[in-house]
This record gives sequence, structure tokens and C-alpha cells, in this order.
Amino acid sequence: MCLAIPARIAQIDGTHAVVELSGVTLQISLALTPEARVGDYVLVHTGYAISVLDQAEALETLALFEQIARAAERHDQPGRDAPSSEPA
Amino acid sequence: MTTPDAWRDPEAAQRLLATLRARTEHAKPITLMEFCGGHTHAIMRYGLRQALAPAVRLRAGPGCPVCVTPDGDIDAAIALSHHPDVIVATFGDLIRVPGSRTSLQSARAHGADVRVVYSALDALSLAQQNPDRRVVMLGIGFETTAPTVAAALLEASERGLANYYVLSMHKRTPPAMRAILDAGEVRVDGVLGPGHVAAIVGARAWEFLPRDYRVPCAVAGFEPLDVLQAVYLLVDAIGSGQPRVDNPYARGVTADGNRVAQDLLERVFQVTDAEWRGLGTIPSSGLTLRPEFAAHDARLAFDLTEPGCATQTNEAAKGCRCGEILRGVLEPPECARYGRACTPAHPLGPCMVSAEGACAAWLRYGGEIE
Ligand code: SF4
Repeated sequence: MCLAIPARIAQIDGTHAVVELSGVTLQISLALTPEARVGDYVLVHTGYAISVLDQAEALETLALFEQIARAAERHDQPGRDAPSSEPA
Repeated sequence: MTTPDAWRDPEAAQRLLATLRARTEHAKPITLMEFCGGHTHAIMRYGLRQALAPAVRLRAGPGCPVCVTPDGDIDAAIALSHHPDVIVATFGDLIRVPGSRTSLQSARAHGADVRVVYSALDALSLAQQNPDRRVVMLGIGFETTAPTVAAALLEASERGLANYYVLSMHKRTPPAMRAILDAGEVRVDGVLGPGHVAAIVGARAWEFLPRDYRVPCAVAGFEPLDVLQAVYLLVDAIGSGQPRVDNPYARGVTADGNRVAQDLLERVFQVTDAEWRGLGTIPSSGLTLRPEFAAHDARLAFDLTEPGCATQTNEAAKGCRCGEILRGVLEPPECARYGRACTPAHPLGPCMVSAEGACAAWLRYGGEIE
């Protein structure tokens, strides 16, 4: 029920938009994301865009994976900073 | 734009898992609760539960809106469907959920007009196309869904669609998380925060976890790398001894959430106590229509008592243990009915009906207790 799927806005007509969702086009409402523009990716939930996806943040999160992996390779010290079982 | 594929990269997932293993190898096991049923589904689908065990244990929480809807609310929806001029509009999963005696699906088989809709906007169209009928939208869902039902209701009200009603059973998630931690029945060292709820309420809405309970929270998306990264951050926060809220789903979730949606919620609903399956009545956990929208409130317009229905849930009679599963106390295979008397084709309880239900997710992806 809380499923929301990323889709690209192809067209905007007032408060409604047409999005592309894996080859299928769908009409959605922009009532909750009036700032959305053509070309934006939005999270679509039950016929409404609930959030405009932020490309810069997406890239930053992906870069963080790299950082985590590299840090692990650099000082591969198992157990270091390991979590205790105490609910901190 | 980055596509979901970027968050499904198996090689990156393996590396992240290796890092996590190295990091947790010599530590005592921790238990994380995934609040959201969507996460349970992703975790089972991608085998993350097994991949993270035994150092990190994952427990499903109450985040399945259909599952937590108590029998009494389902009975009320069925009572509505008996009015000859009523069309009941509902999101898909709910139609198959058994109430105390029967389901909306069997009411439909006996002649009730029950329609499955994808969006509240579809219910609005039904009201427009059927001016001589009364259309009732069943308002099910958390903060993710409630603004969409609010937006459609506002549109109906502005357009003067007098035959459009909402039966609000919407629920707020933070009070349920509090109820679980307050009860202390299950160990929770960290919480995977519900990403699409947070898209509306904001990552900051989960600050109460580190502040009041000293439990860290990581707001997570629904792809495998989203979940693994959130788990990594939780392991890190637990290890640091300084609980905090992380937001690795920042591409879709801001600190403050969606202000337009929040304003809409505020305008249409007021906060009330609500009953949750398995958790009982939780203060300030429900949303009911404001008096300004009384003309569209199904609770005021209709008699919702279903004759002959028990007011109490009959879960115990059926041997269904959904309530305990929703509290994180039990895992699906621990229910004697799981996979035997209870299957997706013949569900005894909502946790086997809904795509977000823990029992359905476990059975579908072959989950067993380690
Ligand atoms: S397996 Fe079926 S009967 Fe058992 S708790 Fe889950 S839904 Fe209820």
C-alpha cells in the first residue's frame, strides 16, 4: 500500500501529468507536488506524485556506497568499531 | 537520472554485505525492526534476511496498512456495502481481508457493489458518473496514502460532488512505533524507517527514536542497496553509542517532508485515537475527517453496524496470529496455520492477504526460521 514507483514526467497539463512507467503511460495528479516539471522523476503513489526525486542526492548516496566499500578495503580490521549488543 | 537498477547492482550489494560482515563479525547480534511491510517484501525477495544473519536479525513491524485494519473496520465497510444505493471503492488488498464474519469480496459475490480502485481519483470519477448512487471511498493507509485521499476529497467538496464519501481508517505511523517500544515485548536495537511515509512526514519525524528511546533510525528506500545501506548506517550508529536518524533515501525524502501534503492532511483530517489489529487502541494514531467535511463523512452519513457481527476480533477462533506478527513478537512460520491451513489462495488473516503482509512475503519467497 505504501508502494511508490519512480516515473518520469512526460507532459504537464495544469495539475495533471502524464508519466512513463516502464513503457506504459499513466495519468497522475500533481496536487501534492506542484513544483514538479517535465523531465523530473517523481515517486508515484495511488495516482499522485508524492515526491520529486533529487538527482544530486541520488548520486551522493551512490557515492557513499563507494566510500563505505573503500574504507572497508583500506583498514580491513574486523571487529573495529563493532556494535555492541547494548541498545545504546 | 539514476534508475532503480543502480540500487539493484548485485556486485555492489555483495561488497556492502562483505563490509557489513567484517564489521559485525565479532560483535553480539543486533535486532533491527523494519517498520514497513514494503521493506519486509524487499528483504524476503532479495534474500537479505539470510544474507545478514546471524549478526543482524531483521524483524517485521506493523507497517502493513491493510493488516493493521481491525475486524471492526472491515465489518463497517461490509455494512456500508449492503446499502442498495452505495458503491464501495477500495484499494485492492482490502477486498479479500476477512472481517469478523466475511469479507468485502464475498459481500460482492452476494450482490454488493464493491469496486477496486487504483486511486481515490477513480472513486471520484465513479461519483461523477453515478449521480444517483452514493460512492464511499475506503480511506486505508498511512501518511503516504492519506494525503491522496485528502486531495480527492477536497476536489469532491470543491466540485460540489455531494454523493462522494470517505470512510477514514487512516493511521499515523510514529505512535505505533512508540507503542511497540513502550510495550518492550521485542528487542529493537535499531529501526529501518518507512521511506514513503517519510517522503510525506519527513525524516525528522523519526527524531523521537534516538531522543526518547535511544534507538537509531535509518530511513530506507525499497531497493536492495537501499536496505543494505540503511542497515550499515544502523550498525554504525549502534556501534558509536550515539543513536541518530540517518536518511540514506535522501533522493526521495527530505528532512521536513512534503509540506503541501502535510498542509492537506492538516486541512482535511484531525488526529484521533485508533484501534490497530494486534496493538489495540493507540492514542493519537488515527485520522478522522474534520467537522468541515461532515457532509462527506461516511461515519456520520451511514449506520455502520453490521448485524450479527462480533464486535471483538475472532482471530483467536481461527488460530490466526497476525496480531503477534504485527507486534514483531512472532515470525510467520511460528504460526501453526502458516502454509498449511493458511495460504495466499485461502488466507485466514490479513498478513497472508496483503502484498505487504509478513506471512505473504515469507511464503512467497520461501522463508523459514533459521
Ligand atoms: S500464517 Fe495465516 S493464520 Fe498464521 S498469522 Fe499469518 S495470516 Fe494469520
